[in-house]
Amino acid sequence: MRAFAELLDNLVLTQSRNRKVELLVRHFRDCPDPDRGLALAAITGDLELPSVKPALIRQLAGEVCDPELFRLSYDFVGDLAETVSLIWPSKNDAGDPPGLGSIVADLSHASRTAAPAMMRRLLDAMDASERYALIKLATGGLRVGVSARLAKQALAEFGNVDIGGIEELWHGLKPPYEALFAWLEGRAAKPVSAAPAPFRPVMLSHAAEERDIAAFTSDEYVAEWKWDGIRVQAVSEAGIRRLYTRTGDDISAGFPDLVDAIQFTGAIDGELLVRDAEGSVAPFSALQQRLNRKSVSRKLMREYPAFVRAYDILVDGDDDIRSLTWLERRRRLEALVATLSPERVDLSPPLAFASLDELRGHRENPPETVIEGLMIKRLDSVYVAGRPRGPWFKWKRDPRLVDAVLMYAQRGHGKRSGYYSDYTFGVWRGSELVPVGKAYFGFTDEELKRIDKFVRDHTVERFGPVRSVRADAGHGLVLEIAFEGLNRSTRHKSGVAMRFPRISRLRWDKPPAEADRLETLEAMLD
Amino acid sequence: MIAMRPEELLHPTPAGLYCPPGDFYIDPVRPVARALVTHGHADHARAGHHAVMATAHTLSIMAIRYGEDFCTSRQIAEFRQPQFINGVSVTFFPAGHVLGSAQILVEWKGLRICVSGDYKRMPDPTAETWEPVACDVYITEATFGLPVFRHPDPAREIARLIRSTADFPDRTHLVGVYALGKAQRVIRLLRDNGFEGRIFIHGALAELCDFYEASGIVLGELHPATVAAGRASDYACSVVLGPPSAFNAPWVRRFPDPLIVFASGWMRIRSRMKQRGVELPLVISDHCDWDELTASIRDTGASEIWVTHGREEALVRWCELNQIRARPLHLVGYEDEVE
Repeated sequence: MRAFAELLDNLVLTQSRNRKVELLVRHFRDCPDPDRGLALAAITGDLELPSVKPALIRQLAGEVCDPELFRLSYDFVGDLAETVSLIWPSKNDAGDPPGLGSIVADLSHASRTAAPAMMRRLLDAMDASERYALIKLATGGLRVGVSARLAKQALAEFGNVDIGGIEELWHGLKPPYEALFAWLEGRAAKPVSAAPAPFRPVMLSHAAEERDIAAFTSDEYVAEWKWDGIRVQAVSEAGIRRLYTRTGDDISAGFPDLVDAIQFTGAIDGELLVRDAEGSVAPFSALQQRLNRKSVSRKLMREYPAFVRAYDILVDGDDDIRSLTWLERRRRLEALVATLSPERVDLSPPLAFASLDELRGHRENPPETVIEGLMIKRLDSVYVAGRPRGPWFKWKRDPRLVDAVLMYAQRGHGKRSGYYSDYTFGVWRGSELVPVGKAYFGFTDEELKRIDKFVRDHTVERFGPVRSVRADAGHGLVLEIAFEGLNRSTRHKSGVAMRFPRISRLRWDKPPAEADRLETLEAMLD
Repeated sequence: MIAMRPEELLHPTPAGLYCPPGDFYIDPVRPVARALVTHGHADHARAGHHAVMATAHTLSIMAIRYGEDFCTSRQIAEFRQPQFINGVSVTFFPAGHVLGSAQILVEWKGLRICVSGDYKRMPDPTAETWEPVACDVYITEATFGLPVFRHPDPAREIARLIRSTADFPDRTHLVGVYALGKAQRVIRLLRDNGFEGRIFIHGALAELCDFYEASGIVLGELHPATVAAGRASDYACSVVLGPPSAFNAPWVRRFPDPLIVFASGWMRIRSRMKQRGVELPLVISDHCDWDELTASIRDTGASEIWVTHGREEALVRWCELNQIRARPLHLVGYEDEVE
């Protein structure tokens, strides 16, 4: 347990990707089975201990701390596991904690009634850092800045193999991955991919820069809408159907309505979207209702039916066609999609454009608000894993901009506790400011410190964690706010609600009197 | 039985804590005619007052920071020696926070109010040892006033730094410390726990380190970290101390592959470590932790507690749970984040 706790402590404080990989490689080398595999599963989110839920952790904390003091502490620390680990009274005479392997074995077989006493005993026997590791292990979400992909990268370095080999194997493997480690250490042959319908690493795009854009012609490139959903790979092979995210997470269980409709043999690449009551593509907020679920209700499937807007094909029947050009793959994709239910799988249409100006016109005036911009792909591009520079580009719409005045600031949580980091800003209506939105990112740590100082120096009133800040025609801080869209809202005093607002620039130079007026915003309504 | 309301003797004003019968302020944040200053940290000790009463060490620290003319007249407060200001008795007691830091007991017509200033109870050879002051009203700081704050043994923390200099000899260990108090304490902890490497200090720490040394606190040989472009070997196995602000300045570019260390009570919270980009957090604090704050409240025997700068709500809540009357005192201008 000590080694795992130390690994988490070190990972969280290491910014450098390479050093994180180094720490993981060292852990895989020094730590025996099954502990290293369980640590890996905890990091990749593949470890489940259903007998320990956050509610249980809260209940245990309630036994050792006054609820109000706990609430204040949690509010300050911003993380349940960390709060409990720090607040838990240390007992020096409780003996050494057991190892990771035996903890996982005990907790995974524990009943709901036995788990509290087991957790209490473990917490008593640990120091704060081990307690933190235990609670994170049990409740998931380590937040050590290591993605599943980075963990796989570390495995690849540890075994000196290609990461693609690990990704393609991954879905057939189960914690504690003893066969995988045996192969990586050269003690056994490569495990045979046990999973039918495997995930195949996806092809990613670069943001288009001016020099790229100049070369966009319809002779060499195809343009498509960039849909605001999530990238998925729908695979159906040997009677097994799966839906993967672009990082290879299997999300089939959350989308049975869609998985049932993948009636083909092959693997296609597309955007996962949901429809609204009228059958139009619903905004991302609607899709969010269906994400991160292990199961889904009939009601939710009825309200937000899911579908894939297909834009590529990797495997057609038994043919792996990733080495064909986009144009050739597109013909195969069209033929395949024509055989499927259009309510569940349809085609992302190519956009005709005769000139760059016409292309810019498409980008600035998409027919639906759920479109984020354009995807531009070379007609001759083959499908390769990763993010090669050149064949695929994303060209997003410019955000809308408005100059607003900082009105209120709220103390942040977790990483930003102690800083005034959440800002409410307003625009002028007549001679008064009306709040139009809140933003809490888009600035650097350095800028955060400056804004925080401004807030403290110009506080007018304090309401709990919120301060009102001096904001009048002559004094105040103007924030340039970027946002993606504007809707009418009956819940906001100003009558408008911004989508995805963030701070794009601090206008220390601009007098508040010159900030924008509400009429300007109203003219931008979608 | 107290006939008078304690607020008649001391109450908060925008300029700071004010004593009407004595006509003086304690740690005022604006220039005033008469100030009593608990300790030399800049948010408590400001320049521009007319008369200042403080311990000799605190007065010297203010002169170092602001120049000899930081006020018009100075009056030295000896520990445990009552003095009278307009009939109000004031007595300074050691606070253990930094060299010269004091708690101030204000006494009038039988009512005793003690202002804690910032304080710590852990033994520290670089500051006078805190002692409890019996009083009716205790005004306590609450920088670490949450039960998540429990400061470990500083010797164990400094051992982690010493071990890291051996494990990573090629990386420069840059330790963020504030110039007054923390710097000297970390240097003494290194010496007292067997660190044998060289200690470099940023120029901003030099004057106060000299002052500590002259006041009888032995810090040993300190090298200036001012060489324009150091070679890796210059800083191998050594420790460089500097104010955290310097870590964002070009000054740090001279050190090969720096490993950022920060010594503060905040280093118990992961988000704070991440926020500061710290690789090696050391929980070494010049303030009381939760257990020490609550123990001090009991030790003073006060029947009423006023809580200021920090996590007031939690300490007030603890007092309520323990049937001690308490309220938050909203004083503005003190930097609880700087530790």
